[in-house]
Amino acid sequence: MANATTQTDIQQSIIQQQKSEQRKKQILNLVLLALLLLAPAVMYPVFLMKILCFALFAVAFNLLLGYTGLLSFGHAAFLAAGSYTTGYLLSNFSGLTTEMGILVGTAAATVLGLGFGVVAIRRQGIYFAMITLALAQLVYFFFVQAPFTGGEDGMHGVPRGHLFGFVDLSNNYAMYYFVLAVFLGGYLAVQRIVGSPFGQVLKAIKQNEPRAVSLGYNVDRYKLLAFVISAGLAGLAGSVKTVVFQLASLNDAHWHMSGEVILMTLLGGTGTLLGPVVGATFVVNLEYQLAQGPLGDWVDPILGGIFVLTVMAFRSGIVGEIQNFMRKNMS
Amino acid sequence: MTEILGVPVAVLSGQLMLGVINGAFYALLSLGLAVIFGLLKIINFAHGAMYMLGAMCTVLIFDAFGVNYWVALFVAPVIVGCFGILLEYFLLRRIAGQDHIYSLLLTFGIALILQGVLTNIYGVSGLRYSMPEVFRGGMNLGFMFLPYYRAWVIVAALLVCFATWFMIEKTRLGSYLRAGTEDSQLMQGFGINVPLLISLTYGFGVMLAAFAGALAAPIYSVSPVMGSNILIVVFAVVVIGGMGSIAGAVVTGLMMGVVEGFTKVFYPEGSAAVIFLVMVVVLLIRPSGLFGKEA
Repeated sequence: MANATTQTDIQQSIIQQQKSEQRKKQILNLVLLALLLLAPAVMYPVFLMKILCFALFAVAFNLLLGYTGLLSFGHAAFLAAGSYTTGYLLSNFSGLTTEMGILVGTAAATVLGLGFGVVAIRRQGIYFAMITLALAQLVYFFFVQAPFTGGEDGMHGVPRGHLFGFVDLSNNYAMYYFVLAVFLGGYLAVQRIVGSPFGQVLKAIKQNEPRAVSLGYNVDRYKLLAFVISAGLAGLAGSVKTVVFQLASLNDAHWHMSGEVILMTLLGGTGTLLGPVVGATFVVNLEYQLAQGPLGDWVDPILGGIFVLTVMAFRSGIVGEIQNFMRKNMS
Repeated sequence: MTEILGVPVAVLSGQLMLGVINGAFYALLSLGLAVIFGLLKIINFAHGAMYMLGAMCTVLIFDAFGVNYWVALFVAPVIVGCFGILLEYFLLRRIAGQDHIYSLLLTFGIALILQGVLTNIYGVSGLRYSMPEVFRGGMNLGFMFLPYYRAWVIVAALLVCFATWFMIEKTRLGSYLRAGTEDSQLMQGFGINVPLLISLTYGFGVMLAAFAGALAAPIYSVSPVMGSNILIVVFAVVVIGGMGSIAGAVVTGLMMGVVEGFTKVFYPEGSAAVIFLVMVVVLLIRPSGLFGKEA
C-alpha cells in the first residue's frame, strides 16, 4: 500500500516537473518572439533578415543531421535551387506576386531534394556525405553553365515585388515581418515534425537503424521523406534570401555553403530546436564583424578553427552544453 | 585511319593520355583515402589539402633551398606525412570512439584552415614551378606526341600504386594492416601496438596524397585551392569503386580519368560533370559500388 502511494507520488512529481519545464520553455519562447518582433527598432532590418534566412536554412539542415542522423554535405544545392528559381521567376515575369515566386522556388528545391534523396539514401554514413557532396557539385556545374543563372556574375536586381499583390516589400520593415513569419512557420513546422510520431521514428533511426528496421519500419522511406522536407525548407530559405537581397549568386551553390550550414548547426547544437538558430546568428555575426575589421581575409581559417574546436571540445554545441549544464545543476 | 568517329586520331589519343594522367592522380588519391578508411574507418576530408601541401611544399623547398625535383619527390611527402602523423596524434586520436561524422567534420575544418591560411600568404593565382631539365620535350609516337614528363607521371603513379599493393598484400607490416582492418581490438590483444599502426597508416595515406601533389607540381597550377575541387571528384571515384580493395581503387581512378578524357573530346561542356553522372548511374544500378563488398 505504502509502496503504491510513493509510486503515484513520484509520477505526480515527474509530471509536475515536466509541466514546470514546459512553462519555462513557453516563457523563453515568448521572450524570444517579443525580441524578434521588436528587433528592427534597434538593428538594421536587412542584417536581421540575413540571420533569419540562414537560421531557417540551419533549422532545415538540423532536421536531417540532428534528428535523423544523416550528414548531408550538399545542402547548398537546395539553397541555390530555391534562390535561382525564385530569382529567375521574379525577374522575368513581372505579373507574378512575390509569394508565388517563393512557392515555386521552394517546390523546385523539394523536387531536387527528392532526386538527391533517391540516389543518396542507397548508402549510409560517410558515403552518404560524399554522395551528397558530389551531387551538389554536379548542381554547381549546372548553375555555372546554365544560360539563365548569369554564370559567375549571378542574378542581380531581382525585384522584391508585392506580397499577395498589394503589400509593397521594397519597404524593409514590411519585408522583415514577412521574413519573420516565414522563419517562424518553418521553425514551428520542424518543431511539430520532431514531436510527431514520424519524428519519433526519425530519432529511432538516428539512434539505432538496424533496430528500427527490425521493428518493421520502412527506414528508407522515412529517411527519404525527412530528406525531402529538409531540402524543401532549405529551398524556402534560399528563395526568401533572394527576395531580401535581390540577388542570387554561385556562392549559394558552392560546397563552402554546405560546410557553413553544418558549422552553424554543429556550433549551435545538433538535435536541439534552438541550436541552429543560435549557431546561424553567431556565424553570420562573426562573418560580418570579421569583414569589417582587419581580419577580413581570415574568415575561412577562423571558421575552420571553430570547426576543429567544436568537434574537439564541445560536440553538443552551445545550446546543447547549456542544456546539459542546466540538467546537471537542477536535479 | 586518321579519324575515329569524326575526330582526328591525334586529338583523341592526346585527350586519352590527359585522361590517363588525371586518372593516375585520382588513383593515387583514392588509394590513400582507401588505406586510411580501411584501418581508421574515417574519411579524410583533409586529403585534398594534403595533396595541395605536397605540391606547395615541392615548390617552396625549391624556391627556398633549391631542392631539386627528385629530392623533393621524396622529401615533400615525408614532410607532409609527418604533419599528418601529428594531426592524427593530437586531434584525430582524441575523438576516435565518437561517431564517424565528427572525424569527417574535424578533417574538413583542418582543410579549411590549411587552405585559408596558405591562400592569405600565397594568393590563389598559383605558383610557378619549372619542369626538371630531363623532362623537357617529348617523343613522337607516329600517331601522337608524348611529352616525357607526362609519360613519367603515369609510370611513377603506377609504380607507387603497385608498391603500395605489394606492401599491403605481401609484407608482414601489410598483414598487420589487413588484420587491423578486420578486427583491431583482437590484434591489440596479440600484443601489436595498434595506436602506432594507426598513426603510421594515417601518415602513409597522407604521404600518398602529398606524393600525388609533388608529381602534379610541374604540370598543374600550384595554388592553395588546388585540392578542394579534385577532392570532390575523388570522392565520387571512391563511391563508384567502393573502398573495399586496393586494385579496385586504382582501376576505378584510371577508368574515370579516361571517361573524363573521352567526354572532353565529344562533349566538352559535360567533362566536369561526367564522373558525377557515372556515380549516379552506378548508385542506381549497383549501390555498393563496382568493387564494393557490402552497402
